[in-house]
Amino acid sequence: MIDVAERAEPAKEERGEPLLRLESIKKYFKITRGVVFQRHIGDVHAVDGVDLEVYPGETVGLVGETGCGKSTLARVVTRLYEPTEGRVMFDGQDITHLKGRELREIRRHAQMIFQDPFASLNPRMPVGSIIGEPFAIHGTVPRNKIKDEVQQLMELVGLNPEHYNRYPHAFSGGQRQRIGVARSLALRPKLIVCDEPVSALDVSIQAQILNLLEDLQEEFNLTYLFIAHDLSVVKHVSDRVAVMYLGKIVEMAPGDTLYLNPKHPYTGALLSAVPIADPKLAAHKKRIILEGDVPSPIDPPSGCRFHPRCPRAQMPTCAAEEPALLPHHPGQIAACHFPLEDRAIIEEV
Amino acid sequence: MSEALLEVRDLKVHFPTEDGLVKAVDGVSFKVTPGETLGVVGESGSGKSVTFLTVLGLIASRDARIEGQVLFRGQDLLTLPTEEVRSLRGREICMIFQDPLTALNPVHRVGAQVAEVFHAHGNVDKKDAWERAVGLLDLVGIPRPQERARQYPHEFSGGMRQRAMIAMSLALNPDLLIADEPTTALDVTVQAQILDLIDRLKQEFNAAVVIITHDLGVVAEHCDDIMVMYAGKIVEEGERDDIYYRSHHPYTWGLLGSIARLDAPRGRLRPIKGLPPSLIYVPPGCPFSPRCPHVMDVCRTDPPELLPIEGSHASACHLTFAERERIFREEVAAR
Repeated sequence: MIDVAERAEPAKEERGEPLLRLESIKKYFKITRGVVFQRHIGDVHAVDGVDLEVYPGETVGLVGETGCGKSTLARVVTRLYEPTEGRVMFDGQDITHLKGRELREIRRHAQMIFQDPFASLNPRMPVGSIIGEPFAIHGTVPRNKIKDEVQQLMELVGLNPEHYNRYPHAFSGGQRQRIGVARSLALRPKLIVCDEPVSALDVSIQAQILNLLEDLQEEFNLTYLFIAHDLSVVKHVSDRVAVMYLGKIVEMAPGDTLYLNPKHPYTGALLSAVPIADPKLAAHKKRIILEGDVPSPIDPPSGCRFHPRCPRAQMPTCAAEEPALLPHHPGQIAACHFPLEDRAIIEEV
Repeated sequence: MSEALLEVRDLKVHFPTEDGLVKAVDGVSFKVTPGETLGVVGESGSGKSVTFLTVLGLIASRDARIEGQVLFRGQDLLTLPTEEVRSLRGREICMIFQDPLTALNPVHRVGAQVAEVFHAHGNVDKKDAWERAVGLLDLVGIPRPQERARQYPHEFSGGMRQRAMIAMSLALNPDLLIADEPTTALDVTVQAQILDLIDRLKQEFNAAVVIITHDLGVVAEHCDDIMVMYAGKIVEEGERDDIYYRSHHPYTWGLLGSIARLDAPRGRLRPIKGLPPSLIYVPPGCPFSPRCPHVMDVCRTDPPELLPIEGSHASACHLTFAERERIFREEVAAR
């Protein structure tokens, strides 16, 4: 295992200790057969050895296709899942196997915003109670002050505080996502994990939410782990972007480096698939078209997991040896035996 | 420009509800020509889907008040008997829906659902229909189509389901293909594949294509003409480059400013403030006036007309031509 932290981060000293540190995280889900005697017949390798560090005040983006394990990773970070292997360090504390009260204490500092603003709010609870529930659970605010606090939060995220008693159905998708943001902010967390926070919204509303998240980061010095399948959204909000494929990080780099000089062919393919809202510029883009779907994580391919779909794969190397994450440009690491040249996707115009 | 395949004239679709009259589509006119792709862009509730559901005859006139003309090869679909519209639908006009999981029947094999199209529109024997269905699945790029045709929708991934939907809609070589947010639920890589597939099929069959979307980014590489809708009306229309490089409407500027672009440096987006209006209480005057950063007094009282600018480019805005050019140059293009 290569220590990612040692090489990839030139600015490490300035930034101090990471707020979040994942060390070779694995999360497998068992597949069983039979009803009474459940035989263990295999595992879904949802996350398969991820190292990642997130420093205070920064935004780390995580992109990948459906089924690459990015949401599972988010849930390991907030400890909604317990990892099968590896260590989760949060704020200098090992939280990998915490339970009960200690775990709840950690959740005060690590909150989550979910993808679907329609499914993640209880339709039978008025908005005031939804946003105020963290106060009730953690007792950080006296009971008679909760309403004031909640209304302040609503104002902060751009909701009308008078709508305190309304139910979620009375709000549009964008407003519901604001409710989700307000709830995640209630306990003044250090880290917010945003799992596809804008992918269910119209573009015009997406932009409002992205700007709101940025403002809040500045105001409260928040740290984000931002997960999405849309590379342009991730690049827009993130200081560093990690690209995930079948349970592993295959490349990580500052957003601009990733855009100009992707090294992993999978990153290149993702980049070339992103539509650019400029027909003339789009014509200058080279296309790497991926064939087929992501293979099953139950039995991932040997060697480099991307080799069956990779246009640059060379046998037998790619099928036999698993590539290590090696440094390229400053802050960039990529796991590929035959990395792309600079400017491989977007030509200089 | 060749003869229009579909011409919609002053279409109005109003739904009477308990709360008032919902003006979902309020006076929309446009043309679609063979071999070209029309992009229809707007937020949720702008009337873009209702417009095309009406074209397909999928909005029943007993629920809605429909006015205007929908001319398909010169024939008004709104006055045609239901059976005749039904036989056109599927054979000559087809729609691809946003959510392929809800649009496919979960208890039938995918191959059987594609084959059903042949049964519904002609006398083909079962085996022949099945084989043609397998052929179509192959055409839209589904690997191992023989095997895949025997599977059920839940065994397909999102992209595969959307391909199956496209296979179904192509079964009878339609002349008009309407894709309603065909890629919204999909990953970018799959989105690119699906849009390329639609492009390829358009060229092979010389079909006319309509792509409905809320994201101007998606259609940049795939449309010839673009029509921007807001609150049931067309606010701007024109050729693709008119919209991206010479837009003349503040709403289009807002849509362009909302897109997080890969090629732009990190910076604040410029979203459109507020929410789309309720279609019951559409503001008097310009429907966009409450959200428009350039609003003037006249905008709140007089509805602007859709006036031509140059060629097919037209915009409905009270700002003067010079002001619009200046604002676009200084604020939108400069980003």
